[in-house]
Amino acid sequence: MEEGKAVSQSVQQSAAAYSMIQEQFGSALSPLDANETMPFFEVVETARWVEIAHFMRDHAKLKFNYLACLTGVDYPAEEKVGIICNFESLALLGHKLAVKLKCQRHGGSLPSISCLWHTANWHEREVFDLFGITFAGHPEMRRILCPDDWEGSPLLKDYKVQQSYRGIKVPY
Amino acid sequence: MGLHDAAITRHNVLVTSVDNVLNWARLSSLWPMGFGLACCAIEMMATNASNYDLERFGIFPRSSPRQSDLMIVAGTVTMKMAERVIRLYEQMPEPRYVLSMGSCSNCGGPYWEHGYHVLKGVDRVIPVDVYVPGCPPRPEALIGGLMKVQELIRMEQIGISRADALKKLEEKALDPRVFVEQERKVAQA
Repeated sequence: MEEGKAVSQSVQQSAAAYSMIQEQFGSALSPLDANETMPFFEVVETARWVEIAHFMRDHAKLKFNYLACLTGVDYPAEEKVGIICNFESLALLGHKLAVKLKCQRHGGSLPSISCLWHTANWHEREVFDLFGITFAGHPEMRRILCPDDWEGSPLLKDYKVQQSYRGIKVPY
Repeated sequence: MGLHDAAITRHNVLVTSVDNVLNWARLSSLWPMGFGLACCAIEMMATNASNYDLERFGIFPRSSPRQSDLMIVAGTVTMKMAERVIRLYEQMPEPRYVLSMGSCSNCGGPYWEHGYHVLKGVDRVIPVDVYVPGCPPRPEALIGGLMKVQELIRMEQIGISRADALKKLEEKALDPRVFVEQERKVAQA
């Protein structure tokens, strides 16, 4: 950030938004990764995630009214799984910011933000379905794509498909 | 063996066997179930439409399994869909035929290894009579497959099983390469 010259306007906007959140929540957040593609920070204290998200949505100078995407990621080397949320202040302030959260790889849980952005409802169900993260406070935490009685989380790196499903052979 | 080969007497009377008449009637009005599962369905719809005009074979899609005698499985069959396909198949009245269209429903297609959610061939859940290869097959290939179903019907007789009819079809099958070669030679000449 110190060089200044190569930093585009959109990254500057993101950095400004980040510093406002950081002022409020301090050590609950990691430092900002000010890359050109998608500036992001990580929420270290995941228990405060709903509080932080609420602040991001409602503060007059942040107004992240749009959750563009919520994806899951597997980090097998760290024994962790996580989510990435892409936020934007659509048609209001125009700035963008991504937020990352991590939890333990098996039986991990994160707070749900489906009460703040309804988009998160189905996206969190998808992450639950494919990565096995449960979202505390989600109104309907069940699989969305795979059948309800499917076994395992298909997008984990070490996933092995089950041998049979309701008497039908699954592998090739 | 077809109805047109049967002898016609002076009084416009056509003498043939019951099998021939029944088979001719059935193969001239094959009604497929109107449902598609993926991109193959687009090709199937194109085959139904005016350019390829399946109605000239008496083939046009019905919107209920109770009225149809042919199931064209056009597209990727997921594990979730497999149960629905079985139910639709069971709702069809006999005699019923199944045509598996495209690589996905033949064997899983591009999802054969990493597609955890895809059924690796619809023949794991319902019996298939004719497989049409391709990804997706061209309308000509689908028409070829449908004509194979017609040939299968022509092989059927009262009192013989489907398995026997399929065996008969296999024995009477012609090698298309001979004709392709013939056509090529004519074209080159």
